Amino acid sequence: MSRTGPRAERRSRSRTGRGSPARAQKTPTPARRPRPAGRVLVLVATRKGAWLYRGDAARRTWRADGPHFLGHVVNHLVLDPRDGRTLLAAAKTGHLGPTVFRSTDLGRTWKEAARPPAFPKAPEGEKGRAVDHTFWLTPGHAAEPGAWYAGTSPHGLFRSADGGVTWDPVSGLNDDPQYRSWMGGAQDGTPDGPKLHSIIVDPRDPAHLYLGMSSGGVHESLDGGRTWAPLVRGMEVVEALDPSNITFHDPHCVRLCPSDPDRLYQQNHCGIYRLDRPSSEWVRIGKSMPGRIGDIGFPMVVHPRDADTAWVFPMDGTSVWPRTSPGGKPASYVTRDGGRSWRRLDSGLPERQAWWTVKRQAMAADARDPVGLYLGTTGGELWASRDEGGRWGCVARHLPEIYAVEAAEAR
Amino acid sequence: MKVLIPTPLRSYTRAGEVEATGATLAELLGDLERRYPGLRFRVIDEQERMRPHIRFFVNGEQVFDLTRPLRPEDSVQVVQALSGG
Repeated sequence: MSRTGPRAERRSRSRTGRGSPARAQKTPTPARRPRPAGRVLVLVATRKGAWLYRGDAARRTWRADGPHFLGHVVNHLVLDPRDGRTLLAAAKTGHLGPTVFRSTDLGRTWKEAARPPAFPKAPEGEKGRAVDHTFWLTPGHAAEPGAWYAGTSPHGLFRSADGGVTWDPVSGLNDDPQYRSWMGGAQDGTPDGPKLHSIIVDPRDPAHLYLGMSSGGVHESLDGGRTWAPLVRGMEVVEALDPSNITFHDPHCVRLCPSDPDRLYQQNHCGIYRLDRPSSEWVRIGKSMPGRIGDIGFPMVVHPRDADTAWVFPMDGTSVWPRTSPGGKPASYVTRDGGRSWRRLDSGLPERQAWWTVKRQAMAADARDPVGLYLGTTGGELWASRDEGGRWGCVARHLPEIYAVEAAEAR
Repeated sequence: MKVLIPTPLRSYTRAGEVEATGATLAELLGDLERRYPGLRFRVIDEQERMRPHIRFFVNGEQVFDLTRPLRPEDSVQVVQALSGG
């Protein structure tokens, strides 16, 4: 059974008097310094294939490597930071079922997973679930080489212990009756189906996990995924809906700060939030965004070394939800003070008549100093900034619709 | 028996026409999976349902049932349905 509800949450917290039992054993994680050697690799997953962009040492010029899997719908392409060589790609096509491809040589060769994420066969007479696509990939903890997590549509959490070759369902979430009810049906998800996303592994504790469900809320596990509890207090829902119903909560993207793993930021369907553990109450920090822009969007990006700094990329969430840049003028916004104030970052971006937006996986930061930012647009453009968003430049145009962008260090 | 393979699956078979055996369509797909690992899951989901945009024909007749008996002289065609951009 899941550990659910405020009562269980209080019970868990009271054991340490501060927060989770797991947290009591954690030690602070020092902020990592930028790696001087190596090259930044920007991984671009699109509706029609994947590309790798290899930067020069100064991140001024980029060499395109691709397309990989031309014609495949690639929802996520992720490099394993534990070896700097292994890539996993979540793919399907318009006709073929979902799979995961794996490369151990930075994309020179690929092999398909022997057993991709799939739900168990349902008992006779019951309508079983089938994975439509794998949406999200997260490498496991540094102390668990080969561990990966995958989030799917419809909602499902899967784990691999062998580097993505075989995948098993995480039954503690997928089969829990309470969670099954919160996951809702197809109409409770995005127009492209429900999405399980933002799978986060606490860098101090491999058993401490977070995830988001669109829709279906933010959830936390302290025991490696065996049991889960909702983490939605303070989060708002669409007007007239009941926030006590977990199904109505729609986190778009949740990120944990590497320099302070007790701090999380979230871009939600209903605003931008910050959570400082051990508190379990999200604070809506998007209220300090300019009123004409609002605080609706998809991506959420955190600074690798400064937990007070985070970036968003707002979209138009008014009327019929155009989900375009507000006013046709794309801009990122940065906070340097944990969300108390925001500054517009649009230098170099189109000044008018640009009606694209950035999906939840399509904005990322590297670990350099100053931090490089990268974003992919629904119009198939890849943009980059070498100075934390101060100035943007277009790296590539005419790509298919971009679903995901990751920035990594290749070895 | 002869099995015609659509282009999206030829990364597995490396051919547009292959030989496989089975007394039913399910068995035939099992044989194809043995010969070409990974192929079956791309066309049949984990609940043993045909993928929405994949169709099977036996001797030109569309088949919806994996228990459909097959004879060695039958010809099976795997077809991807039409789709937009």
